[in-house]
Amino acid sequence: MSNWKRICAAAEVPVLGARVVESEAHGRIAVFRNADDEVFAVHDKCPHKAGPLSQGIVHGRTVTCPLHSWKIQLEDGQAVAPDVGCVKHFPVKVENGEIFLDL
Amino acid sequence: MRKLKLVMVGNGMAGVRTLEELRKIAPELYDITVFGAEPHPNYNRILLSPVLAGEMTIQDIILNDLQWYADNDITLHLGSKVTEIDRKRRSVVATGKDGERIVVDYDRLLIATGSTPFVLPIPGKDLPGVISYRDIKDTDEMIAAAATYKHAVVIGAGLLGLEAANGLALRGMDVTVVHIADWIMERQLDRTAGRMLQSALEAKGMRFKMNAQTAELVKGESGRVCAIKFKDGETLPADLVCMAAGIRPNVELAEKAGIYCNRGIVVNDTLQTYDPRIYAVGECANHRGTAYGLVAPLFEQAKVCANHLAMFGIGRYQGSVTSTKLKVTGIDVFSAGDFSGAEGTEDIVLHDPGMGVYKRLVLKGDRLVGAVLYGDTKDGAWYFQLLKDEQDIGDIRDHLVFGNAHLGDVGHKGNSLAASMPDSAEVCGCNGVCKGSIVKAIQEHGLFSLDDVRKHTKASSSCGSCTGLVEQILASTIGGAYQPADSKNKALCGCTDHSHGDVRKAIKDHKLLSVTEAQRFLEWKTPNGCATCRPALNYYCISTWPHEATDDPQSRFINERAHANIQKDGTYSVVPRMWGGLTTPNELRAIADAAEKYKVPTVKVTGGQRIDLLGVKKEDLPAMWADFAAAGMCSGHAYGKSLRTVKTCVGSEHCRFGTQRSMDLGVKLEKMLFGMWSPHKVKLAVSGCPRNCAESGIKDIGVIGVDSGYELYIGGNGGIKTEVAQFFCKVQDDDEVMEYGGAFIQLYREEGFYLERTCHYLERVGMEHIKQHVLEDAGKRKALYEKLRFALQNYKDPWAEIFEDKSGGELKRNFELIKV
Repeated sequence: MSNWKRICAAAEVPVLGARVVESEAHGRIAVFRNADDEVFAVHDKCPHKAGPLSQGIVHGRTVTCPLHSWKIQLEDGQAVAPDVGCVKHFPVKVENGEIFLDL
Repeated sequence: MRKLKLVMVGNGMAGVRTLEELRKIAPELYDITVFGAEPHPNYNRILLSPVLAGEMTIQDIILNDLQWYADNDITLHLGSKVTEIDRKRRSVVATGKDGERIVVDYDRLLIATGSTPFVLPIPGKDLPGVISYRDIKDTDEMIAAAATYKHAVVIGAGLLGLEAANGLALRGMDVTVVHIADWIMERQLDRTAGRMLQSALEAKGMRFKMNAQTAELVKGESGRVCAIKFKDGETLPADLVCMAAGIRPNVELAEKAGIYCNRGIVVNDTLQTYDPRIYAVGECANHRGTAYGLVAPLFEQAKVCANHLAMFGIGRYQGSVTSTKLKVTGIDVFSAGDFSGAEGTEDIVLHDPGMGVYKRLVLKGDRLVGAVLYGDTKDGAWYFQLLKDEQDIGDIRDHLVFGNAHLGDVGHKGNSLAASMPDSAEVCGCNGVCKGSIVKAIQEHGLFSLDDVRKHTKASSSCGSCTGLVEQILASTIGGAYQPADSKNKALCGCTDHSHGDVRKAIKDHKLLSVTEAQRFLEWKTPNGCATCRPALNYYCISTWPHEATDDPQSRFINERAHANIQKDGTYSVVPRMWGGLTTPNELRAIADAAEKYKVPTVKVTGGQRIDLLGVKKEDLPAMWADFAAAGMCSGHAYGKSLRTVKTCVGSEHCRFGTQRSMDLGVKLEKMLFGMWSPHKVKLAVSGCPRNCAESGIKDIGVIGVDSGYELYIGGNGGIKTEVAQFFCKVQDDDEVMEYGGAFIQLYREEGFYLERTCHYLERVGMEHIKQHVLEDAGKRKALYEKLRFALQNYKDPWAEIFEDKSGGELKRNFELIKV
């Protein structure tokens, strides 16, 4: 069953940047917005050494982790080859300029 | 749209690499059909020697397995020989592995038929037991023969012949190498190195017969070869004869089809033959008079050829400088370039027979044109790079032969000989990668470049100090296939083909004022670049067009966005500025209060003479900064590619030896450079006397006070590779220190490549260049100094910008958590 929670206005997430959401059930979640105004949400923990992905540089649909430069695909949480790993991603939607996460 | 048809004849390394490159850039353009005469998929022919030597198996050297062809939708005909090219109908005719006739049409044809071994035209050349050394079949035959027979003769002491001889000897055969010239590997080595190598191989049990002309191979009672007879009358027993007397481009098919050949299929700079629909790459092709027999040039050809097949039409192949390395375990030989000693060249020779070391460098003017190394090849990659880049070595000529030094000074001592390192030895101290894992990755994934090795193993991808060592391991694993990166024209990253230099120039010439503008103008291949190019572009824009360009925070690394240093657990470290390393009771009190108030777990004194508060939560940063500002402190930029600190000693204010007021000058310099962004971090030091307590010798700019003024040193580095700063000039007073130092820093800001420290910048452009701009021409110096002051004027403390947040909350918001 889905459990959509309002997060913030999409405009409050910087383009090619992220905000950090703290959820009691899931811990920290990074919410990204890219240059095409697409919004993504993944666990704020790199599968490599738990680096905060929210602090990385966003390009296309990918973020580069600030600690050791692993690249993580935002739509499915998979690391870009040759690195192997996966971070949990969350369903996200934008309605009337507001971001909602399914938690 | 109907796909075009591409047919490739030959299934070897050059051809398949072309297909790989083509699939990368134009995956949908062609239906591809490949004909291979051998029954195997593409394998690494260079590694046949380790297979023969019993160090690897055939499985280990497969580069593209059958699944790869299937995954890439390539129709593969193995064991099929192409017999005819019908250029009028544009089709090829082949005989399949079961004798069936196969006809395939083409729009483009790629000939990659490689080469055939040269077989001496002597009686007995067709006897059983007489083979060449070219493919898996030959290798299998040698392995089988070694199990049954005793006496082997290898004809030809080139790279291939010696590797064959070594393999057969390791398999227990009694091996004699016969060679027509005076010394072995005469194409790659000079006489002295050749003789040293010969002695070393003799010590391993191989025998040599030099100046030998073979007359005949003698048939034994069993019908198999039994002996070899020379023109001087001598006879040697031989149950196996391996001919390794050179290779010839395989042009039979092309010649039959009427394509122009002359010692190879003649191709132009786009690898096109005289028939514009037909391309040729690899050992079968003759480019500007050369048919290359080593792998590295073939890969360069593959890249250009793929680009043209993809109809991009960019890129020309302009020939290659090659290097060779003998793959005989325990023996290090390296040669590159031209060392024939042509007119106008000079030799630098270092020869130590006792240690078994021989190095010969051939110079033409101020350029290195050739190198032969025996016994100690650790600098091979470095020499090869100097040679390829045609770098001016005038400045380093006096110590050139002693090598250098891609190797760091730290952490690799005594571990510099890649070939002799055990597999368990750690190579990359940052990522904990040992030699064995690197070698395994190179072999399993068929890696050929440093970048590939970095991607797969992470070795040398952090601090980079082991780069030289990783390059050596790569070179010794793949031998002649190794090609150092083209450092001059290296693309900034995968998002573009432009180099740092090109990008800087375009931003300046066309007044590009933002990252997106630069990306659009330079036709970036990715929508928003990547974490490598964006920070570089942002720096180039803001440093070239101060006060005009847009500084994009999302194109900066997190530390420069958060104005603090990210730590491994995602917390931050905060370093308030202490001008010249000076502080006050009031400042110390504010730091102590903040440490308690924000529950800072660690407080540490840094090497730059200030205090670091580690473990601060991002949410607390703006409030902590406001507290510091109340005590008069601002950002220390300990997180930026920017001015870090100016370290000072006590100087003549207190010290009984001091000759100059070093603290005073340090504070002035730090204030002058406050808020300066640069290609990489910049550190200064001012010492009040030559005792140099502020360690000016390892700083980007080091100032040492003497009785009559100051000495300026530049390009020092205390990091990965300790680099002693070079003496730059002597000046009279504080104002001159600021002007000369400032002018140098501005030149570095304008010309340095992103992430290039001053020591690397200095190495690249040369001290002469800097002296010309800063010392010899007062007008240029003053202009540079003015530009620096202009760029830095009105700079505001970034901490205050954020906690005051005049944007109405937008800046602070990025530090806040959203709780749900």
